[in-house]
Amino acid sequence: MNDTSQSFVKFEKIDKSYDGEVLVVKNLNLDIAKGEFVTMLGPSGSGKTTTLMMLAGFETPTNGEIFLDTKPISKIPPYEREIGMVFQNYALFPHMTVAENLSFPLEVRKISKAEAKDKVQKALDMVELGNFGTRFPAQLSGGQQQRVALARALVFEPRLVLMDEPLGALDKNLREQMQYEIKHIHDRIGITVVYVTHDQSEALTMSNRIAVFNDGVVQQLSTPDILYEKPENSFVAKFIGENNTLNGVVKEINGNTCTVDLDNGFGTVKALKVNVDGAGDKTQLSIRPERVTIDSTNPDANNFQGKIEELIYLGDHIRARLDVCGNNEFIVKVPNEGSFSHKEGDILNLSWNPDDVRALDI
Amino acid sequence: MEVTISTAELLTTDGIPLKQSLRKAERRNKLRAFLLVFPLLLFIVVTFVMPIGDMLLRSVDDSQINSVFPNTFDEYKNWDKGADELPPEEVYKSLFFELANGDKRQIGKALTRMNYAKSGWKSLIKKTTREIKKIIKKGEEPISYKETFIKINKLWGDPTYWYSFNQMVNDRSSIYYWNALDRTFDEDGEVVLQDEKRRMYVKTWLRTFKVSIYVTIFCLILGFPVAHLLANLPLRYSNLLMIFVLLPFWTSLLVRTTAWIVMLQQNGVINGILVWLGVITDDGRIQMVYNEAGTLIAMTQILLPFMILPLYSVMRVIPKSHMRAAQNLGAKPAMAFWRVYLPQTIPGISAGGLLVFVLAIGYFITPELVGGKDGKLIGSWIAYHLKTTLNWGLCAALGGILLGIMLIFYWLYNKIVGIDNIKLG
Repeated sequence: MNDTSQSFVKFEKIDKSYDGEVLVVKNLNLDIAKGEFVTMLGPSGSGKTTTLMMLAGFETPTNGEIFLDTKPISKIPPYEREIGMVFQNYALFPHMTVAENLSFPLEVRKISKAEAKDKVQKALDMVELGNFGTRFPAQLSGGQQQRVALARALVFEPRLVLMDEPLGALDKNLREQMQYEIKHIHDRIGITVVYVTHDQSEALTMSNRIAVFNDGVVQQLSTPDILYEKPENSFVAKFIGENNTLNGVVKEINGNTCTVDLDNGFGTVKALKVNVDGAGDKTQLSIRPERVTIDSTNPDANNFQGKIEELIYLGDHIRARLDVCGNNEFIVKVPNEGSFSHKEGDILNLSWNPDDVRALDI
Repeated sequence: MEVTISTAELLTTDGIPLKQSLRKAERRNKLRAFLLVFPLLLFIVVTFVMPIGDMLLRSVDDSQINSVFPNTFDEYKNWDKGADELPPEEVYKSLFFELANGDKRQIGKALTRMNYAKSGWKSLIKKTTREIKKIIKKGEEPISYKETFIKINKLWGDPTYWYSFNQMVNDRSSIYYWNALDRTFDEDGEVVLQDEKRRMYVKTWLRTFKVSIYVTIFCLILGFPVAHLLANLPLRYSNLLMIFVLLPFWTSLLVRTTAWIVMLQQNGVINGILVWLGVITDDGRIQMVYNEAGTLIAMTQILLPFMILPLYSVMRVIPKSHMRAAQNLGAKPAMAFWRVYLPQTIPGISAGGLLVFVLAIGYFITPELVGGKDGKLIGSWIAYHLKTTLNWGLCAALGGILLGIMLIFYWLYNKIVGIDNIKLG
């Protein structure tokens, strides 16, 4: 997919600065294939929205070039880019009805009235709002407005659709429902989507690939499962999913694995070598809560003890906050099989596999 | 299907009817709310509703003169103008005694009123009254009152004086309104145009409308970009710009108006600069003040904030993403502005337009000072009659028409835009 000849959208060495002092996007190189659903995920201020705005044409890259379908687009004004966009607050025009909103892009393209009407109706049917054409945006619920915005971004058959946190204003249930809906529409019409969000579960649900942004740099670009299971640095490990960390110093490296001495003499951990260079490097170990088992010992694994600080009953599992090797935010998820009888203050035997511990940067 | 409603009254737990209990609970709150607004209500009634009501009554009121000459007017109504050239003897007789026995002050007031209808009445009656008093002193009873009057002054034989009574014979009269539109009543009580030399109001009304419309348009043209900048510049700059808008707004109207005189007069700043630059010669200095142009320039500047502020408050809440969305959908910037931005500013345009227009048609000080002869608006006539001729009935009628125009515009605005959409800041 990184082959230029295949990439539909290509960011090449993009830098962006607003004030000439701070770079909000640093040396961005990103390839998006045709038909792909790529999400830019990151905390606010990480440069993901700026990247999207550069693609839409509302911001100019300070350096580098963006290619769409192999053609550079920096010089093309936004209204000639043929890129659909769903804005954060939908940006529906309040003085036009839903149908007028949808036919606006068709009208400016001088498409005949009859054809436009047909396309508008198809687009409305696609988002299941076929009978809402005569309403004004203010007469719709948030979820319906969102669908209209989506339909409007698709109705003129753009080459690419951008979505800037489109579900941010919806409540939780509706947000999840819309995630599936957008995903299904994407699957059905096969359009290329670039999606921006700060919500990791949204990104995991919908995307083919996710680019994790932090501090203007893409930290990792990968499929959701790889991002979760094989984060390449501690930022990604912390940002995607829940994560337990232990700090230490690399003692020895053996091929793919390494041993790490924990700080303050809490012992030694066997881990996968991911983002450390050699012995003596400081490292942060990352362990997912569901990969820790309790009350079992395995000579090949890492065996430690932890004191239960807090237990939270969550129905399908019990969430235990432990004090392990000086980290009192160590989370373990215990499946609720009816046999868990420990109380707060108890000491638990914990073990985890070396393959599930990743030695990352600090 | 017939719906049966239970007739049983709802009761509270204590057995009191629910409605009664609710009323009791609400009474204190209602009373408190009323007492809070009462001073304001009183203030509005005393300073707003009553004066306007009084003004509207005055504009149709002609009772004073009717109380001075009741019999004369009664007899006057019997005059068959087609048959007789002059009123019947009874009219002269009633007038004779009402002039002889009437209260001097009341007659004085009535004479002022009569002079509005036809100039010359005042001196004629004063002279006549003196002669009548002499006749009574001598104890003579005239054989013919008509002849006596005409002997005193031959103008009593001029029917046009008598015709002007037509304007006064009723307690309630629309004559002031007709006067305010350059109309009057002829001998048959029909509405006709005034003499050519007395026609000035229609001309002034038309000028008032023209100036108000121009001022509104200029304010819109000048104010729209300013309001847009105010709404879209970074806070640092927009605050500064806002001060530039508001500072003149807070400055005394008189100061700003006189400043315009300084700027615009023939030996003023602008002419001076133009002469210095060689754009015009020293003899060709432009007359920019004491005419309609001066009124237009000064009023536009003075009323500009009333356009900018409502526009600004509307533009401030139009999301910037709308213009972006329009362009993203394929509209060029001009098209995006025309189709997406402008329609959303209509509440502001109409609120500002209404405000500026309504203020402009009633404007007085600025046109009075910079307008000269050709730039005066209807407000100047109101002030003139209020202070100089004391013809308050005509003042009230002119004011009443102004009020009516404003109400019409308000109604139109409400019909077209909806008064709920008004945004003043």
